[in-house]
Amino acid sequence: MIRFFLIAWMLVLTTTARAEVTIQEVTSPGGIKAWLVEEPSIPFVALEIAFKGGAALDPADKQGASYLMTGLIEEGAGDLDARAFAKRQEELAASFGFDVFDETMTISARFLTENQDQALDLLRTALIDPRFDQDALDRVRAQILSIIASDAKDPGSIASRTFDEMAYGTHPYAATLEGTPETVAALTREDMFAAHQRLLVKENLFVGVVGDISAAELGPMLDRLLGDLPQGAEGTVPPVKMALEGGVTIVDLPTPQSVALFGHRGIDRDDPDFFPAFLLNSILGGRGLESRLTREVREKRGLTYGIGTYLISKEEANLVLGQVASANDRIAQAIDLVKVEWAKMAKDGVTAEELAAAKLYLTGAYPLRFDGNATIAGILVGMQRQGLPIDYIPSRNDKVNAVTLEDVNRVAAYLLQPDNLHFVVVGQPEGLN
Amino acid sequence: MFRKFWIVALCLAGSAVFGKETVTNFTLDNGMDVVVVEDHRAPVVVHTLWYRVGSADEVAGKSGIAHFLEHLMFKATDTLASGELSDTVAANGGSDNAFTSYDYTAYYQRVAADRLGLMMQMEASRMTGLQLQPSDIVSERNVVIEERNQRTENDPGALFREQLRASQYMNHRYGVPIIGWMHEIEELNMDDAMAFYRQYYAPNNAILVVAGDVEPDAVRALAQQHYGAIPANPDLKPRDRTQEPPQLSPRRLTFEDPRVAQPYVTRSYLAPERDSGDQDTAAALVYLAEILGGSPATSVLGAKLQFDETVAIYTGASYGATSLDDTGFNLVIVPAEGVSLQDAEDAMDRVIAEFMETGPDPATFDRIKMQLRASQIYSQDNVESIGQRYGRALTQGLTVEDVQAWPDILQAVTADDVMAAAKLVFDEKKSVTGWLMTEGGNQ
Repeated sequence: MIRFFLIAWMLVLTTTARAEVTIQEVTSPGGIKAWLVEEPSIPFVALEIAFKGGAALDPADKQGASYLMTGLIEEGAGDLDARAFAKRQEELAASFGFDVFDETMTISARFLTENQDQALDLLRTALIDPRFDQDALDRVRAQILSIIASDAKDPGSIASRTFDEMAYGTHPYAATLEGTPETVAALTREDMFAAHQRLLVKENLFVGVVGDISAAELGPMLDRLLGDLPQGAEGTVPPVKMALEGGVTIVDLPTPQSVALFGHRGIDRDDPDFFPAFLLNSILGGRGLESRLTREVREKRGLTYGIGTYLISKEEANLVLGQVASANDRIAQAIDLVKVEWAKMAKDGVTAEELAAAKLYLTGAYPLRFDGNATIAGILVGMQRQGLPIDYIPSRNDKVNAVTLEDVNRVAAYLLQPDNLHFVVVGQPEGLN
Repeated sequence: MFRKFWIVALCLAGSAVFGKETVTNFTLDNGMDVVVVEDHRAPVVVHTLWYRVGSADEVAGKSGIAHFLEHLMFKATDTLASGELSDTVAANGGSDNAFTSYDYTAYYQRVAADRLGLMMQMEASRMTGLQLQPSDIVSERNVVIEERNQRTENDPGALFREQLRASQYMNHRYGVPIIGWMHEIEELNMDDAMAFYRQYYAPNNAILVVAGDVEPDAVRALAQQHYGAIPANPDLKPRDRTQEPPQLSPRRLTFEDPRVAQPYVTRSYLAPERDSGDQDTAAALVYLAEILGGSPATSVLGAKLQFDETVAIYTGASYGATSLDDTGFNLVIVPAEGVSLQDAEDAMDRVIAEFMETGPDPATFDRIKMQLRASQIYSQDNVESIGQRYGRALTQGLTVEDVQAWPDILQAVTADDVMAAAKLVFDEKKSVTGWLMTEGGNQ
């Protein structure tokens, strides 16, 4: 009975679920651009800011500078020391989140309409006039050193670091966001101001706003909040010489379950074959229980709690990356299955049924993403960061549906390279060499 | 990273409160409770079926059966093939998942709002129609063993917390991990799963929560159509769990593991939870946790130990307000480099003792009230979490009225209430103090 219903539901799918968001581009009097979705039904605003450029711009001897700077940005600004800043933020019940990655720094803010001007004034001081007081720097540095020490004993973190070092060599992509104990210990207040000036610049700015605010109100608000940022310059990440070759690297760690990362060269997000690759990855290991690797490794044989694959696209490097964890005496079997499935998909491709199911899922799931002010603000910034047009949303599912079985299988034949797969295994795996 | 099948830990802190939600609730003739939360901003619905059964309802020797059954619920039913429910949700662009806690087990799908009937049809099918095969038991038990490996065996902090809870609860099943002890998981079988299923999975033990772009009348009609025909289980028994005896002796644990990089001290106290019609003490304890260890920069422990004395790199206090039976109030201090665990524990005790003399700063009190009020506004942005709040509460002994009274009860808390609650909860005899250390006792 369910099968019958399923078909009926599929037919209505393309006509009913649509993303109902209207995006406006707002340009402030001072020339700052933002994408806005007005949503007056709840009296608050979600603001998402991204700066292109991140920890990958840290000089080699200053690894961790961007991470520490990001941790310090709300630890005192303007006239307020760290505690006074926190008290003010709590009085306003505003929340500001600061985060940094290899190639992006993000700020996620949420504030009430009733005290929006005060909340934005407070956020402005953090963005424009952070203090980087020495006592705050020492306090946050001690927290980061503790994180680094814990990661040094954590199997997932060890696998990730080892894999990145093998893939990227001495390139900044190989460095962890937090830096090393040595580089972090040596960071100074001057390094914080330098990292701040490197990252928070108008040249690399993207803004998304969703909530109880109009386009007319937003323009002046953008100038007040961000107008005093320096213009700056686009940071460039040096080219990568990918060194990864097929094989297995074992990192011995006495722990009952081995954690494995595996991967090889991937595909650029701007490549015309990116959408076929996206569907290919979805079928291979990108969509949880419905993917081939999960069916073979988890559902049929119970070898793991979770296995997945991802397309990693950076400015200067791309990977097809996967992860699996199994008990030390079972990880070899899981890895063998990954190799077999990888080779099978490269040789025989996917089936028409698999492609149809992946398209149904991806096109049906897309409009469901636009749920909640904070979520939508994040999507608006992500779209700008990727250079997508403001009218992209209604056309996105057409791009997915346009991918043919021939496209996917042509891409599978060159993108999936079983002989070049490298496995980094952390634990005490049995029967692997 | 892997989203399927979460185990939900004790929900800490109490900042999530009732906002201006549009909530309707009713009960079907077979005893199934239904809660509808409306949000018409996006054409999305979250359909969640909550069962009033969790790991703390298991019998001795069968730890993990509630969670194992949750995994098995994705296998075949009398109308669905194994995996078909998730495949169908995915084919409709949706996502689905399930989670098990001490007091509840819940199954949910997030889909386009016009797919609600299909979700109910499938969820109703697995309420009483599960058809397990012996091969399901073997493979899925191995998956759960790997889940325990991933979450617990590979993480010394998780092993440590398991030992702490086992000491805190001397007679209540909250002392047994949700996922189960490994030696008992390995022995769970088909009969165990089906016995648990037949006993607890029935409409009169379930709460349906539908949150999103829906109308209550339409939900009522669909619920009646899909769930209404399932008969109530007349043999369903009240949740009658073994309770704690008087706790007469403070307990202390040291846990050593070479995989530990950052030692710390933690202490838990047995604490009262929110009870229906009696939530005042719990509300005061929400404040106490915020005041002592909410924000590092402004809380009592953070300001004194992280900022003034810099003997700690992290401090915190947390309280699990929503729980069916006695819950916990927890403190933690992570010492700065060169500070011993004994010195860290002493510093924490000294700051708490000082607080018991001086009481809370009025400005702190006002900031917490403001934040609780704001959280009512912010929470409206996430209809899924509003629905979860009702589902959790209704499986943990509260009513819709209790949930809706909670924000006002929080706003009415006074400094005297907080100090009275602090005197009640800080009873050394009901405490467990643990030191997490690296091997050889090195700190």
